[in-house]
Amino acid sequence: MEVSNRAEGLKETYDVAGRDFSSAGAASSRIKRILQQIGVDQGIIRRIAVSSYEAEMNLVIHASNGGRITLDISPDAVTILVEDDGPGITDIKKAMQPGYSTASDEIREMGFGAGMGLPNMQSCADELEISSEPGVGTTLKMVFMNR
Amino acid sequence: MQYFHSVHLIESKCKGCVNCIKRCPTEAIRVRDGKANILETRCIDCGECVRICPNKAKDVVADGLEILENFQHKIALPAPALYGQFREGTTPEQVITALFQLGFDDVMDVAYAADLVAAKTRKIIQQTKVKPLISSACPAVVRLIQVRFPNLVEHIAPVVTPMEVASMLVKAEVSKRTGLKESEIGTFFISPCPGKVSAVKQPAGTEKAYVDGAISISLVFPLIREIISRPESDEQAVGKAIRTGSGLGIGWGRAGGENLSIGADKHLAVDGIHNVINILDDIECGKLAEINYIEAQACVGGCVGGVLTVENPFITRRRQRMLASSPARQEMTEEQVARMRDDLAKDRLYVFDKPITPRPMLKLDDDMALAIQKLATLEKIVEELPGLDCGSCGAPNCRALAEDVVRGLASETDCVFRLRERVQLLAEELLLAAAAVPPSMGTARNNTEQNETSTSS
Repeated sequence: MEVSNRAEGLKETYDVAGRDFSSAGAASSRIKRILQQIGVDQGIIRRIAVSSYEAEMNLVIHASNGGRITLDISPDAVTILVEDDGPGITDIKKAMQPGYSTASDEIREMGFGAGMGLPNMQSCADELEISSEPGVGTTLKMVFMNR
Repeated sequence: MQYFHSVHLIESKCKGCVNCIKRCPTEAIRVRDGKANILETRCIDCGECVRICPNKAKDVVADGLEILENFQHKIALPAPALYGQFREGTTPEQVITALFQLGFDDVMDVAYAADLVAAKTRKIIQQTKVKPLISSACPAVVRLIQVRFPNLVEHIAPVVTPMEVASMLVKAEVSKRTGLKESEIGTFFISPCPGKVSAVKQPAGTEKAYVDGAISISLVFPLIREIISRPESDEQAVGKAIRTGSGLGIGWGRAGGENLSIGADKHLAVDGIHNVINILDDIECGKLAEINYIEAQACVGGCVGGVLTVENPFITRRRQRMLASSPARQEMTEEQVARMRDDLAKDRLYVFDKPITPRPMLKLDDDMALAIQKLATLEKIVEELPGLDCGSCGAPNCRALAEDVVRGLASETDCVFRLRERVQLLAEELLLAAAAVPPSMGTARNNTEQNETSTSS
């Protein structure tokens, strides 16, 4: 984990291992605790918890090399940046549709891959940006306004 | 606000070991001056420290039987878990009879109120949009949510607990029958746990405390056991309970019994406070949205696992199940059904008159910018601490010490390893300073060395 401290903000990066279902959720739990310590509004924490968990699960499920989640907090906003060098998303528009998923049957049997990940994140975050290139990786940025 | 706690430290017995601080689910204990002090804003009265303390230095302060003297009419409210404490073959009726002989004027079976609450909960589950609902029955879990999962407060099922429903119901009825004022009628919960003792004094969802006292199961157990073992006790039906619960109501005493009693599907039951924490963590992340209702109990095994019970919870769990499924408790008479319908119609008994509010405890500073700064400092301190979580500093783990440091409640050198590093540095500096003697004093140094050898030989 890296930590950096700017004048009024804080940045922490967590590594998420691909295919490691047993530790999946650890980064989101950590993020939740930090937001509680900073005193972010409970409703906002809930939205961030749900979306960071979805994002973390996406890294575990889809990116075999895993990826990184960076939490960037300032008094104005909480930004979550999710980066991986996984397979990428071929059709972002489709991926944003509720119920659309490319997860394997095996993953679905484990209760994941319902195709609600990105739609959930979009409804939770105040801003959501995705850029992705098939075969290269995906970057997802979510912004949550703090007040 | 002042919080009432039934869990207390007996200073004279506390050795200042680290067992309780490491077990506490809300990190509410710090060892200071060799004693394990409880932070009252964080303590949820779950009783984990009482269970783990090897020196019996954590105590639960409940009411004694002398509290009965304060009331003209005394009513016992036995927790369902009381019945399972006695050896196989003992019936709830025998236990109820013994309660009369102990000096109670009436007995109101809390298992009956559990039947009512189950029916109400069934309705609430059908009507609510909140998923999953979390049971409000275990007070330690409710407080855990308030302090550690504040954004889940809205998931707590908005229904008053069986103990309080039982008290309100019986007070109204006895007052009508005897002409006594409700304030002259005392209701006393026979409690399996410190959580309920605290809930009697300071309930979560109601403005006023509706139960007048809490007496521990461990206090009445030997007395009841003695009465039951008297040869003539069977015939002496001194009195009958005002209401008795069904088998399902009695089942609330063990883990899983509450869900069985509520009966709808898509339920989940979790017991043991650390297991409950994992489930609450999952709910916060949006998992378990397909579940309607969660029975969550702080004690392993459910209420029978409470620290104020006497028997091994795995044994009582079985007994509780046997009692619940006994053929005599499966059917209700028409009269019972009618009475239950009447009691269920008394709607106001079941609704909170005071919302359960969050009591977040993790915030480092009210000013968010300052809190962010403190968090950055905290992370730096954590990196420098050894990460052994040994507890020798008095905090449960290295991160908790770092939190205490940025809150101004502890110092980094409270860590024995950090302290040793500092002493080592100081000692090295001291040695350097000792060696750096001006050349003019060279002979003096040689003299000292000679003196040292002579004294040590």
